[in-house]
Amino acid sequence: MKLKPARMLSEVLTHLFKKPATSGYPFEKARVTARFRGRIDFDSGKCIGCQMCVRVCPSKAIEIPLSEEQFAAPPVQQGQPAVPAKKQFDCIMKLGSCVYCWQCAETCPKHALITTQDFELAQIDPSKLVRHYK
Amino acid sequence: MHTDSLLASAVYLIVFPGFIFLTAYGLFLQWVDRKLCAVMQNRVGPPWYQPTADFIKLLAKETIIPDACDTAIFKVLPYFAIAAVISALMLIPLWKTESLFAPFQGNMVVVVYLLTIPTVTFFLAGWSSASPYSTVGSMRVLTQLFAYEVPLMLSLIGPAILAGSWNLSEISVFFAGRPALMAAQLIGFLVAILALQGKLERMPFDIPHAKNEIVGGQFTEYSGRLLAYFNLAVDMELVVGAALLSAVFLGGAWGLYGAAGLALFLAKTLAVTFLLALLKVLMARLRIEQMVNFCWKILAPMAMAQILLDIVIKSRL
Amino acid sequence: MSKITIPLGPQHPALKEPENFMLVLEGEQIENATINLGYNHRGMEKAAEERTFIQNMYLLERVCGICSHSHTTCYVTNVEEAAKAEVPERALAIRVLVGELERVHSHLLWLGVAAYEIGFETLFMYTWRDREQVLDCLELLSGNRVHYSINTIGGVRRDITPEQKNEVLKRINFLEERTKYYIKVATEEPTVRARAANVGKLPYEVALERGAVGPTARASGVKRDVRKDAPYLLYDKLDFNLITHDSCDVFGRVVVRALELMESYKLIKQVLNYLPEGPLTVKVPPRIAPAEVVNLYEAPRGEDIHYLKTNGTDKPERLKVRAPTLANLQSVTYMLEGGWLADVPLVIAAIDPCMSCTDRAMVYDRKTDKTQVYDWEDLRRLGIEAYKRKGVDFSKF
Repeated sequence: MKLKPARMLSEVLTHLFKKPATSGYPFEKARVTARFRGRIDFDSGKCIGCQMCVRVCPSKAIEIPLSEEQFAAPPVQQGQPAVPAKKQFDCIMKLGSCVYCWQCAETCPKHALITTQDFELAQIDPSKLVRHYK
Repeated sequence: MHTDSLLASAVYLIVFPGFIFLTAYGLFLQWVDRKLCAVMQNRVGPPWYQPTADFIKLLAKETIIPDACDTAIFKVLPYFAIAAVISALMLIPLWKTESLFAPFQGNMVVVVYLLTIPTVTFFLAGWSSASPYSTVGSMRVLTQLFAYEVPLMLSLIGPAILAGSWNLSEISVFFAGRPALMAAQLIGFLVAILALQGKLERMPFDIPHAKNEIVGGQFTEYSGRLLAYFNLAVDMELVVGAALLSAVFLGGAWGLYGAAGLALFLAKTLAVTFLLALLKVLMARLRIEQMVNFCWKILAPMAMAQILLDIVIKSRL
Repeated sequence: MSKITIPLGPQHPALKEPENFMLVLEGEQIENATINLGYNHRGMEKAAEERTFIQNMYLLERVCGICSHSHTTCYVTNVEEAAKAEVPERALAIRVLVGELERVHSHLLWLGVAAYEIGFETLFMYTWRDREQVLDCLELLSGNRVHYSINTIGGVRRDITPEQKNEVLKRINFLEERTKYYIKVATEEPTVRARAANVGKLPYEVALERGAVGPTARASGVKRDVRKDAPYLLYDKLDFNLITHDSCDVFGRVVVRALELMESYKLIKQVLNYLPEGPLTVKVPPRIAPAEVVNLYEAPRGEDIHYLKTNGTDKPERLKVRAPTLANLQSVTYMLEGGWLADVPLVIAAIDPCMSCTDRAMVYDRKTDKTQVYDWEDLRRLGIEAYKRKGVDFSKF
């Protein structure tokens, strides 16, 4: 096989007149694709507290406790059995543990876990990584 | 000696073109080199103040001296390296035809000799730190010294023969008036650039401190201020090496003086730095035995051919 | 001159992951090399026994960052085989597609690392810049650049739309051009040839004897590729060549990987153009009847083996991962001995090591010839005792 000394010379010289390939993040915004898996948000109105997401989470990052404030039961209708109030649930998401696999959002039967594309989630204070959605 | 000339000497040594100017320009050339490499590699590269910031940061850091090392030698070596480089600069014509000190016959040999001292201090630095990486690194420094020193000297002899002088300023004056002869030194210039790359221990000849193999090489145990001075000595060596090549091969100051001469000097050293950066970008690091083979089997014969060519030209003049 | 023993690692610029190589040097040449493993044991296999099958997907993805798809695909195939599930063809095709994209990104990464180890930073920068293209493809298809999580038990999670197909094809065509250029650079640049040719020799017989796998074996002329020998997914229906090289050195490994890149581009185009129609997943019950399954997968680094034992619950009874690096490490000592110190980083890099994927802990007592597996409490106790001997007391924590 033949050898050519300084094989990359022309390529290297053309790069003298090209812009660097490096992106200027954080000075310019980083783009992510539409399928990018980011932070999980929570819709308390849809949650039925089935705890499916808690069980499926590979990194034990989710807790679904009962909310402190609960709605009062609807007034009993004449001739109808008493309907209990729909229970309200919170969601505690430990972003430090989350591996952003979105398995919880796919498992949720009521689509109460909402997928977003947030990725700039770094914190200096670790306690801020625990998000309490109400 | 006169008080005036003593004062002038002190200014030359300490302010311009000595320690302070050489430090500033050395750091600047380091930035130019890094930036050029970065651009050619399609990267952004460091901002202009990065080498200075690195230098200041290292000055502020703690200096750790290993227990096993020879403390006195270990501490004193960086200053030797810097002193040798500054002395070499004083003998090279910079922005005017004459060098600042000692424009005597044979100052070219003295410059090459003085430029060997930093390499020897690198060897001693590695050897005295008594760590396996530095030991291997310092052995490589010496092996490499024997490899590139001969082609470098041979490549400088060619122009000297043609100019009939061992005085750097006379050589530069000779070539400044004869551009055709300057062009005939192309092979010698190429050899000198490659050998200088070896002397400065840069890619593809950065074998003594190849980081993938022996971590920091001869400087593994150095830290803080001492490391800063060693790095500075390497940067200054780049300036002096570029100045030497521009004096021998590129016709020195071309008879210019003052600001114009200085601008020409800067332009030429920048051009040499560009060539050195290009070499750095284009090649993979060689093994030490390949480096020795390359220097003795390819560079040295090329330099000899240049000398023969010069002798032939000389006989026809 | 006296001999010097140089420790290469666990912390060393040439190693991206902590392992230790003790090199006995005679001048610049290596007389003896020993490998010490075990700096990076993460207890993955034990952790897998505590998690459900679906959770293990995400755990095993993290066995290795670079061949994350290889490990999950191998694991998922095991689970599906144990559950006797029929995976739809479209899902298999998407798995092949992501697998080949992963091979492309891994080989480009390797090319850059190898260039860096021989001090050729320009080639390193260029290959890694172009590798961004394939990472973008992976993000486009799966959502993430490294942990794609495209597999799920019984199929794949994301479909491929026609726009995505065109975008991927566009980038692959670009990469094909660039790869042709890199092949030219790697084979024609004299300094690369000088550093790679005749370095890290591994003759055919030794490669067989020491059980080398993947590109390391193929560069020694061993025709060994799981995709050909025991086709999984859709590989028996696809057209590609098994690349081998007879030079038995690092240069051969460069060539094999570079040509494999071209084969991968071919495979990606085939899969994208003939994507079978159909559903993406089948339902697999969470509990799986007792079974024992072994599966092989050709990861970018070589043959990856997963063993799975199920016991009727929703968690595996035992999971064993044999990463390709473990198979190739046996050859490294052979390749190092008699070589130059300067070649050590390149020779180690040439097997494309993935140390963290490799490390497993097993205690072997040489005197009594017994092996023993410690549980968590034992390990904790032993750790505390070891530190006590060094004068640090951790028992308070």
